[in-house]
Amino acid sequence: MPQPASSCAPAIVADSLTKAFRVPEERTHTLKERALHPLRRTRHHTFPALRDISFEVARGEFFGIVGRNGSGKSTLLKCLAGIYGVDHGQIWMDGRLSTFIELGVGFNPDLAARDNVVLNGIMMGLSPREARARYDAVIDFAELREFEELKLKNYSSGMHVRLAFSVAIQVDADILLVDEVLAVGDASFQQKCFDVFYRLRDEGRTIVFVTHDMGSVNRFCHRALLLEKGEQAYLGDPYEVADRYLEINFGREPQQAGPIIDEHRGGDGQARVLEAWAQDENGRRVGSLQQGRRMTVVALVEFKADVEDPAASVQLLNDDHMVVAVATSAAAHERSGHFHTGERALFSFSFDNVLAPRRYSTLFTLAHRGTGLDLMDRIDDAFSFVVTGPRALGGIVDLPVDVSVERVSAQAAQEVAL
Amino acid sequence: MSYQVAELETSAYGSSLGHPIRGPRALSDDWSRFWHLTYNIARNEFKLKFFGSILGYLWQVMRPLLLFGVLYVFFVVIGHVGKGGKPGETAYGVQLLGSIVLFTFFSEATTGAVRSVVDRENLVRKIQFPRLVIPMSVCLLSFFNLVMNLIVVLIFALISGIQPMLSWIELPLILTLLIVLSTGVAMLLSAMFVSFRDIQPIWDVLTQVLFYSSPVIIPVETVRDKLLHEPLLWHIYLLNPLVTIFQQFRHAMVTHAALSAGQTLGSWADLLAPLGIVAAIFLLGFWVFNRSAPHVAENL
Repeated sequence: MPQPASSCAPAIVADSLTKAFRVPEERTHTLKERALHPLRRTRHHTFPALRDISFEVARGEFFGIVGRNGSGKSTLLKCLAGIYGVDHGQIWMDGRLSTFIELGVGFNPDLAARDNVVLNGIMMGLSPREARARYDAVIDFAELREFEELKLKNYSSGMHVRLAFSVAIQVDADILLVDEVLAVGDASFQQKCFDVFYRLRDEGRTIVFVTHDMGSVNRFCHRALLLEKGEQAYLGDPYEVADRYLEINFGREPQQAGPIIDEHRGGDGQARVLEAWAQDENGRRVGSLQQGRRMTVVALVEFKADVEDPAASVQLLNDDHMVVAVATSAAAHERSGHFHTGERALFSFSFDNVLAPRRYSTLFTLAHRGTGLDLMDRIDDAFSFVVTGPRALGGIVDLPVDVSVERVSAQAAQEVAL
Repeated sequence: MSYQVAELETSAYGSSLGHPIRGPRALSDDWSRFWHLTYNIARNEFKLKFFGSILGYLWQVMRPLLLFGVLYVFFVVIGHVGKGGKPGETAYGVQLLGSIVLFTFFSEATTGAVRSVVDRENLVRKIQFPRLVIPMSVCLLSFFNLVMNLIVVLIFALISGIQPMLSWIELPLILTLLIVLSTGVAMLLSAMFVSFRDIQPIWDVLTQVLFYSSPVIIPVETVRDKLLHEPLLWHIYLLNPLVTIFQQFRHAMVTHAALSAGQTLGSWADLLAPLGIVAAIFLLGFWVFNRSAPHVAENL
């Protein structure tokens, strides 16, 4: 992780920003209504969008703002950009500011590329001379030289996006405020965006990036701010932010593990699972577990009859109802022993957590010795837990893979081929 | 309270914090940016009109000319307005066309401004820029059209045998007054339309009223004679600052036979009244717009 260039003064200082939207309950849209009911006060309810947000962004830092939909991240960006005013608090920016909330804002479809590029540059704060000077760079980057005389309405959507993106990144600003909408589009375009982000970061620009994609937070950001319902939930290391984001997103204590309700249970009832839960490497019962650490799934069982060599098994199902893993005590402890009526036992299944970050539910069964089909108890969806992790690569598990790259000489390659 | 906190913070960091972000406002500290934005938006719109259709510029000029033609046929040829042989009715045709062109500017700038902020919602919500740019660019676009139309008036005047006069140098003053009035109304309407959507039909009607109650068709001299025994109505008539502006245009630009603004009002000192009204409308418009500017992005 590259460190931001150290500097004395921060590029951005935000000091206890607070912002509320006043939403009128019944909106009077006309002067007539206002004139007919001059005394009727329109009632408003205020919707707090941001509460007491404070942070600093160092010069050259890539700073992420993450949060769920409606958490206030876009509002915060608009406040930083000066599009919304804040109710309380102060913002200082040291350097030239450029904002990309959306691509191609203010493009006029009836005008040719040149007029649009120049106008957009002036909108972004360039002087007309600067805007005209950068026109060539913009049109070359967008690879649209042969279409520059064409009106924008005759552009394909791909050409349109290319021009808009090119316009956005050719602004010579010290501080860039970027909304996640920039990172949409097809794969090759996204890669182009990311290349530009890397370049900007390496050039030492200060970038504030709003997203809900934890992958890009980890890839780019030096630090990140997590917003939850307009409040500052966490500020700091992007990996930590990504973890907390997933926790918040999936619910902190999903379906709290605990005593099991006697419904939808199968088996002959000679033993019952009283409680089941997941715990982390420190033995704490948790609802969310970090990928890569040791985790344990535990079931507390009470025997209602004398049972010889019972076997417990657990299935982990992801939210596609796919069985990701099955473990049974019969494999390691086929002769688990004799249990008397009223006795209790803990069945624990520990493993290195290679599960992909998402939600999992569990299915417990208790069976008599033998095939494992002679059930004493069966609980669907005993509890669920969430696995958090910085990456979501798309697999159902993330195996700890050792990757190596070795250069092979041409001769050796031939030998291999032969 | 928060202001004091801010001051403490500033002194704690020293002066190296850079510039504060104050949120959206009507104006910006950077006047050149304000001007470039206004100019370029207006220029692009003008270009679109100019090159947007085959006739382009012709259409722009046709509008006042057509109105002039219709009014001339119905009021002058058929209705015999302006043919009474009164001193104010010399070169009535030029007076009529000139007034139509001035009024076209006023009505274009103001009716164009009404929806302008709402129609440019996309810009307002996504880019930080001085909000006043929007109605101002509408006014500037109308001004470009006004210049075009005045050229036509000049040609028409010279054809009609009007001799160039020294008093033509008053034109910038007259236009300034008209522009200040129009921008004031434009600011007021565009800010109000955000909350009150019936401003548009109301203003459409009011524009019609102003058209007939300004000295466009009926010369001031005729109105004064008819209202000789109705001083109240006469004073209400004079409250409309367009009367002063148009009348001085007729006097200074077309014929000295027409009453000057001072003669119309009584004395030159009375000019302070319409000037005061224009200034008041401008200040009111700016005040309303300035007050709504910080929140307009949220209220759209």
